[in-house]
Amino acid sequence: MLRFILKRLLLLVPLVIGITLVSFFVMQLAPGDYLDALRGQPQIRPETIERLRREFGLVENPTLWDQAKQYGRWLGNAVRGNFGFSFTYKIETFELIKQRLYYTFILSLWATVFSWVVGIPLGIYVARNRNKFGDRVANFVAFAGISLPGFFIALLAMKLAQQTGWFPVGGAQSVNYESLSQLGKIKDTGWHMILPVLVLGTRGVAGLMRQMRGNLLDVLSENFVLAARARGLAERKVLYKHAVRNSINPLITLFGYELSGLLAGAALVENVMSWPGLGRLLLESVQAQDLYVAMGAFVMGGVLLIIGNLIADILLAVTDPRIKFS
Amino acid sequence: MKRSDAPESTSTPSGDASPPASAHEGQLVASPALGENGAVPETQVIGQTPASTRATRQALTGRAARELPSVSASPIQLTWRQLRKNRMAVLGGVTLLLMYAMALFAPFLAPYNPTNQSPGGQNLTFHPPMRLRFVDRAGKFSLHPFVYQTQQQFTEERDIIYPPVAEQPRPLRFFVRGSDYNLFGLIPTNVHLFGVDNGYVYLLGTDQEGRDYFSRLLIGSQISLSVGLIAILITFTLGMLVGGISGFYGGVVDDIIQRGCEILMSVPDFYLLLALAAALPTDWDPVKVYLLIIVILSFVGWAGMARIVRGLVLSVREREYVEAGRALGVGDFRLIVRHILPSTFTYAIVAATMSVPAYILGEAGLSFLGLGIRDPMPSWGNMLSTAQQLSVLERYEWILAPGFMIFITTLAFNFLGDGLRDALDPKSRKLG
Repeated sequence: MLRFILKRLLLLVPLVIGITLVSFFVMQLAPGDYLDALRGQPQIRPETIERLRREFGLVENPTLWDQAKQYGRWLGNAVRGNFGFSFTYKIETFELIKQRLYYTFILSLWATVFSWVVGIPLGIYVARNRNKFGDRVANFVAFAGISLPGFFIALLAMKLAQQTGWFPVGGAQSVNYESLSQLGKIKDTGWHMILPVLVLGTRGVAGLMRQMRGNLLDVLSENFVLAARARGLAERKVLYKHAVRNSINPLITLFGYELSGLLAGAALVENVMSWPGLGRLLLESVQAQDLYVAMGAFVMGGVLLIIGNLIADILLAVTDPRIKFS
Repeated sequence: MKRSDAPESTSTPSGDASPPASAHEGQLVASPALGENGAVPETQVIGQTPASTRATRQALTGRAARELPSVSASPIQLTWRQLRKNRMAVLGGVTLLLMYAMALFAPFLAPYNPTNQSPGGQNLTFHPPMRLRFVDRAGKFSLHPFVYQTQQQFTEERDIIYPPVAEQPRPLRFFVRGSDYNLFGLIPTNVHLFGVDNGYVYLLGTDQEGRDYFSRLLIGSQISLSVGLIAILITFTLGMLVGGISGFYGGVVDDIIQRGCEILMSVPDFYLLLALAAALPTDWDPVKVYLLIIVILSFVGWAGMARIVRGLVLSVREREYVEAGRALGVGDFRLIVRHILPSTFTYAIVAATMSVPAYILGEAGLSFLGLGIRDPMPSWGNMLSTAQQLSVLERYEWILAPGFMIFITTLAFNFLGDGLRDALDPKSRKLG
């Protein structure tokens, strides 16, 4: 088991390097650099810009060789744990990303928990009541849930918050956050998180419900279920001990996949609901051409995704004894 | 049904609504016996397969022939029959047809030019939607709808409001002359479906610049709906080619391509979209931006498609007919494109239909964040971006209208795609 995980982790190294390469060159595609915005301001002297340029290690009109050198330098530093610093915030990229990553992580985590806790039981319910009224309604609602654009639900949620006042209108903290007790802080963040989690989780609930329904129906038509019933096992046991367990396995592989959608959805929802997460940071930094922050956020998103997939693989290996670690 | 199929129509009639080309694909995949002919050009399929079927049928008489209904129905016809049973899928398909027709005729259906900031003569920002009325002040009903003009007023909070003025009814006029446009981009005309004389009609209100929101919604549909289709076409072609090559050659080529795909797929799609779209210079002209957004969307999406196709190709390339093709000295490229890929079409098409919404949402998301289609060109995504301002979201709820359009479109695509998959997958046919 440990060997399997280690091997997988080792395989991640070239993948992560690949991601950094992609992110660097994507960022280089944009014409100009961070200093362009400063150059436009007459009150900033050219000498200052020249000094900053040297400080940031930026080259005017870089050739491919310059870019390669810059990338090499960045990678060399990154390996040693130095991810460069933010031009805009004047702090270490790592510090900035750490905060933002935390927010995206808790948001995605709770959205996942929400969608599994609600989606799976719903899936079981509709599979058991196949083609009955509840199934049809749930099916339609699920389709609607899959089809609603995340940012649109986010807008609707914001409107709801505005009109009812039940929830905070965007953001992750109240104004008085710093003065709150430890418990109060957790409560406050939780309160701010309810709407974004619901918005992000909706799609997951719908998707998981449909998948679970399909899988369970497949499994229920298999011979071992028939055999279990023939042996006179209680329907509850047949369902929960045999059928449900077997139909959850394929969903675990979906988990890694879901994470990608979750992160993507989060990027938009974070922007609409002013949630200080990674996606928002990426948008801000990309627009400001804050090179190292953008790369950091980009790579972090990738790493999060890869780790999610890895966890899904490990979980699958744990739950399904037929899978050998190799 | 196209008469061009005539030679085979007696033995293997293709589905009513399907063009010959797709009938061709359907046959190749769903029945391996016919698939043996590979992707030989249609004329040859017509020449060969139905001949054998016809021979079989001629050998059978009366009752026996009737007991073999599957022989008379082509796979595409079976699929169509199956699809037709799925009410939601049909509804989805019809909705999409209507939507695309709407996009095609958008400038005709729209009463105003979508970029005109004072279509009614004066600039009215955030004018609420006008109600179509059928009952006049005297309580008399008429089938001819009319709207009340409005009077711009300022409240004490300095908000602008537009109370309707009952003294100024304006009946809707049909086929009126208005702003110039080119229908289908070809026919210059200025006839619009409806409009009013001496006034304005804003069915969906106006936006922050006083432009008619209904017209913008219609013209915006052209962009939002076409982006998905064109992007999926590019993705489809690219994914098929790369997946085909990867699966066919295997070995080092496969390894390199697959590692590349993995890297692309390891980045959250939307992050990549964001970064790429942000690289587009802000001063480019809208058409160029539009095309590049499509390219970007396809670039981000092709890896997944290539993966699926590769998997399918891996199994197909071991078939005898490929071996036969090789023995006959068919070139690799021709073998891949003409013989192997067509047998993966069905799955790929379903996968494509299912992923169109993702592209539509991608464009909408980018435009919403101000990175995609830019003002003044309308797209459903960038129209919604005004709603990001909390004050707008609070007071002018009609700004959310494009969101519902996106929702309806993706819903229709999802229902259609789901129905298609069920219709093509015999396993799910059983389960229902």
